[in-house]
Formats: sequence, structure tokens, C-alpha cells
Amino acid sequence: MTRTDTPTVDNGVNIEALRGARQALTDAPEAAQFQWQASCEWVKGTHSRSTITDFSGLGQQHTHRQPFAIEADHPQVFASEDNGATPPEIVLAALASCLTAGVATVATNRGVQLRSVKATIKGGMDLQGILGIDGDVRNGFDSITVTYDIDADVSRADLEAIIAQSQKRSAVFDIVTNPTTVNVALA
Amino acid sequence: MRVSVVVVGGGPAGLAMSRRLVHVGVDHVVLERGEVVNSWRRERWDSLRLLTPNWMTQLPGHSYDGADPDGFMTAAEAVAFFDRYRRRFDPPLLTHVTVLSARRTATGFAVVTDAGHWECDAVVAATGASSQPRVPSVAADWPRHIEQATALEYRRPSQFDREGQVLVVGASASGVQIADELRRGGHDVTIAVGEHIRVPRAYRGRDIYWWMDAIGQLDERYDEVDDIDRARRHASVQVVGNDESRDLDLNALHRSGVRIAGRVMAVAGNRAQCSGGLASLVANADLKQARLLGRIDEFVSASGLDDEVGPATMPGPTRLDRVATELDLGHFSTVVWATGYRPTYHWLDPAAFGRQHKVVHDGGVARLPGLYLMGLPFMRRRRSNLIGGMQFDAADLAGHLRGYLDDVARSRTMRPSKVGSGRPGQQRLARAMDDVLDGTRAAD
Repeated sequence: MTRTDTPTVDNGVNIEALRGARQALTDAPEAAQFQWQASCEWVKGTHSRSTITDFSGLGQQHTHRQPFAIEADHPQVFASEDNGATPPEIVLAALASCLTAGVATVATNRGVQLRSVKATIKGGMDLQGILGIDGDVRNGFDSITVTYDIDADVSRADLEAIIAQSQKRSAVFDIVTNPTTVNVALA
Repeated sequence: MRVSVVVVGGGPAGLAMSRRLVHVGVDHVVLERGEVVNSWRRERWDSLRLLTPNWMTQLPGHSYDGADPDGFMTAAEAVAFFDRYRRRFDPPLLTHVTVLSARRTATGFAVVTDAGHWECDAVVAATGASSQPRVPSVAADWPRHIEQATALEYRRPSQFDREGQVLVVGASASGVQIADELRRGGHDVTIAVGEHIRVPRAYRGRDIYWWMDAIGQLDERYDEVDDIDRARRHASVQVVGNDESRDLDLNALHRSGVRIAGRVMAVAGNRAQCSGGLASLVANADLKQARLLGRIDEFVSASGLDDEVGPATMPGPTRLDRVATELDLGHFSTVVWATGYRPTYHWLDPAAFGRQHKVVHDGGVARLPGLYLMGLPFMRRRRSNLIGGMQFDAADLAGHLRGYLDDVARSRTMRPSKVGSGRPGQQRLARAMDDVLDGTRAAD
């Protein structure tokens, strides 16, 4: 596969624009510095609402087409009101979304037409961690599994390769599998 | 002192280039800071053997002719091979001369050494791809009680304290070999694994390098590959030269009792944090192995070799037990950084460098006029950094260099009064170079 291939597939990915962006940013690394952000407002109990509107990158501020809201809460078995998915579930969704976007992008780059892609993601969690019952148990997931169901006219090996490449270039995969410095402070 | 070309480095790359410069009639000198093939004498561990079988060890006009073509020579045997080469061809080699700087001037290069100055028209940087270790920045925060060594400093298992555990960081050829040898030497070893390349030592009865050569993979050109920067950064394959065709992948290490951890990402006090993404890298390595072996199978069918080679038995998948994402460094006494190597170009004109402080070049022809590189991974071909691969690059570049020197001489003859300024001559040379390179430009 060479750079001059024009893809005959349409997965809705503007692969030419992405290749162009990669080339442009190679020569202007300062433009590649992005900052994502969200603002989270407590509603009641364990219910909060995060709003995502602005981000910066390519040397300037940007605003999403519309503000996006994500509700989060705890379920009734936690004696809560279940007004939204739990934060760990939202993280699983984020990971699945990031990997899935990667699958579509890599498939397009490789000239593979996708008909359907579905990821089932599961994460085990021992609550003795967050409940402080057992100091040897971590708060987060003990492990996460993602299973992809993909309908496309290529071999299983080709699909495995697409999934592998998606992980390699996934932001959330890196966020979840590797340490990230987090600083929390009072304004 | 004046000469047309100064070749910096008297190792396999410099010797190969020297032979080809003789062939095209270019006067030159080879400057070596130590003894010929110095690094092979001084900077290799005791048990080291070449990754490639002996029949692949070739310099121009001088091939391995010993009794064990399918064996793997030791560092000492490689040194003997090069010593025989030197006696046979008597290259214009000066040893124990260290190049301190090589700077472009209006008329060529000024090379300053600890044994005098040279003026020349062109410089070949042949100091090798592995003169310095790469050590990740996390090493600076490593707990002080742990002895740190790089793969270049490793010699033998007995050099390390046997009381505490050893962490080998990096799982390419050096890392897996060192981890394996330390384990056999009785140490408690953990290997931290990032990106790696898995191949079997032998497949269908032939060595893996025999196949890579036969299917043409080692001849793949730098300008035919989709992402040459990435290809040049590839880790070396997880193999070791041995007479039993044994593999040295993660399964083999695991069987011998080496603990596997993910890539080292950060350290805080005595806690080393390792990546939880190892399964992804392992899946990737297994996929790439399958792809290579599949290519070999296609080649066997297409060449009608089915009756001559063994059956296509695919190696099993890499099986990892629960991989730790955290290491308690309080139990460790040693860390070996097997995290890669880089060339030593501190002596080179700063104008030669571009992004990420790498020398800007196109297949070994530097953007800085008159500068050539040798011996780097995938510099011109996939075999560019193999001893037996250097002769092809040397032939290409010596030819190009010959043309460059002819242009330099012509520009001096045509405009004798402008020899001092050099600018029109440089423009003409730049155009000439564009013609020769056919307008192909790779990233640095």
C-alpha cells in the first residue's frame, strides 16, 4: 500500500485529510499540542453532569458544534438513584469508542470496507478496593477485555491486524494501560 | 594533511566503504579511534555471537570460508575475520586516531583529530549504529540502591550481585539474550517488554535469515517502504546465534523462569509502573511473525521448494501468565537497560542535523554536501546494518561519491577564481545530486 492509493472504500473516514494533517503536523509540532477539557457540575447525591464545549489545538481555541453533556451517577444497588452510567462504565465506553474509531480509520487506510463493527467491553472490579476494605485491592479495574465483532470481506488475520493497529494508535488505550500524572487541587 | 575522502570509523562499515573507494579510484584515509573493529573487541559481552549465520558475513571481496557456514561466529571470531581482511587488503587505515570534529568549509571539510588536521572533499561517517546506548529518561529517577548497566556494559552473569533480582529492560535481541543468560547463570530475572519482533530461529528447516534473504526482504529498499522512519526504528529480532536452532522468544524466556512485565513507564520511589498494554504488543508481534512466515510459505510454493524444505509448522502463540503492572524495586539489585543504541555523531558539523537531532540524509547521502553515512538500520536496504549488507551500500555510495568528487573538481577547473566562495559550485552540485537521486527524498 503506497501513499498514492485512493481508497475505493467508504467508511465515512476522510483518510486524505488525516494523512494531510499528519504531514502538516510533522513540520509544525507546536500545532500538534492540543488540550481537551470538561467541566463537571454536581447535581445531587452521586449524580453529576459533565459538559464538554471548548478545546484548543492547532494554535487556537475551538468550540464543539454543540455542547455535549454526560450524566453520571451510581446505581440503585449502591443506594443511589441511577440517573446516569457510572464513571467506570463511561471509561469503558471511552475505550471502546476510541478503539472503534481506530478500527474504522485503519480499515479505511488499508482499503477495507466495513459493514458493521461492534465492541463488547467488560471490566472486572473488586469493590473491596474503593470501599477501603482490603488495602491490597486496587480501586480500578483488575483487567479489561474487549471483544470485536466485525463484518467485512477480509480474512480473520486482516481483522486482527486492524484491531492491533487500532490499539497501537489509541489515545484511551494508552490512558487506561499506562500511568498518567493527575493533579487535583482546590481553586 | 590532505586527502579526497576521510572515512571515520574502522569497523565493518568503514572497511567496506574503503574497499569500494579503492575500486572507484578515490584516495582516502580511514580513521579509527581504537583498534580495527574496536567495538567488536571491547564493547561486546563474552558469549556474544552474531545474529546472522556465518555465510552471511561478507565484506567486498572477502567472505567467510570456514568450516561452519551455518554456524554463528563469536565476537572474537568476527574480530579475526576483520583482522584477516585488513592483512589481505591493507586499507589506508590509521588506528588510535579520534576524530574530534568534521566541519564543512567553503572548499570541503576540515577534520580535526587528536593526531592532526585533515582537509578533504568528502566525509563518510562509518562509526556504526551502536556506539552509544539509549537509556530512557526514567533511569534518572531510578532508586539509588540499584546498580545500573547498559547492554554495552554487560559482559557476563557473574558481574552482577546475585542477592537481589535483576530487571532487564527491553526485549529485542540484546534484551532477550541478556535476560536468558542471566537466568541460566542463576539470577532471578524479570524482563520488561515493550515493542518487539518475534521470529523463530529456524523455519521449515532453514535459518530465518536464509529465508529473509531468499524472499528478498533484506533487499527491500528504503524508498519502497511506506513509513521508513518507523522501519528504521524497529527493534532487532528476538533471536540468538546458537547451534540447536533454539528460539528465544517470550515463551522460551517464560519456560526458563524469567518473569515478564510490561514496558517500564514510570518510577516513584521503589515502585516501577509497567504498562498494562503488553497483550496488545504481543498480539502484534505474533501477527507480524505469522505474516513473515506466510510470505515464506508463498515463496516456497512459488519456487517449487515444497519437496526440499520441511513442513510449515507455525510457532504457537505467545502465552503470558498474569503480567505485573508494578514492580517492587526494593527486591532488585540490578537493572540492565537493553533499550537500544544510537550512533555517535557529536563530532559532526551541526549543519548536518535536522529534526530530533538526526542527520538528514537520503539513503546515506546526507543533505550536507559531501557527507555520507554508512551502517545505519535500513539506511538504503533492510540489510544496511548487517555486516554482509554493507558492501552493497558501500558500492552505491562510493559510486555517488565518485560523481560528487568529479563535480567538485569540475567546478574548481571551470571557475578557479570562485573556489573560495563555493556558492555557484554548491548550487551546481545540488542540482547534480538531485539528478542522481531522481528527486526521491525520504524524511530524515
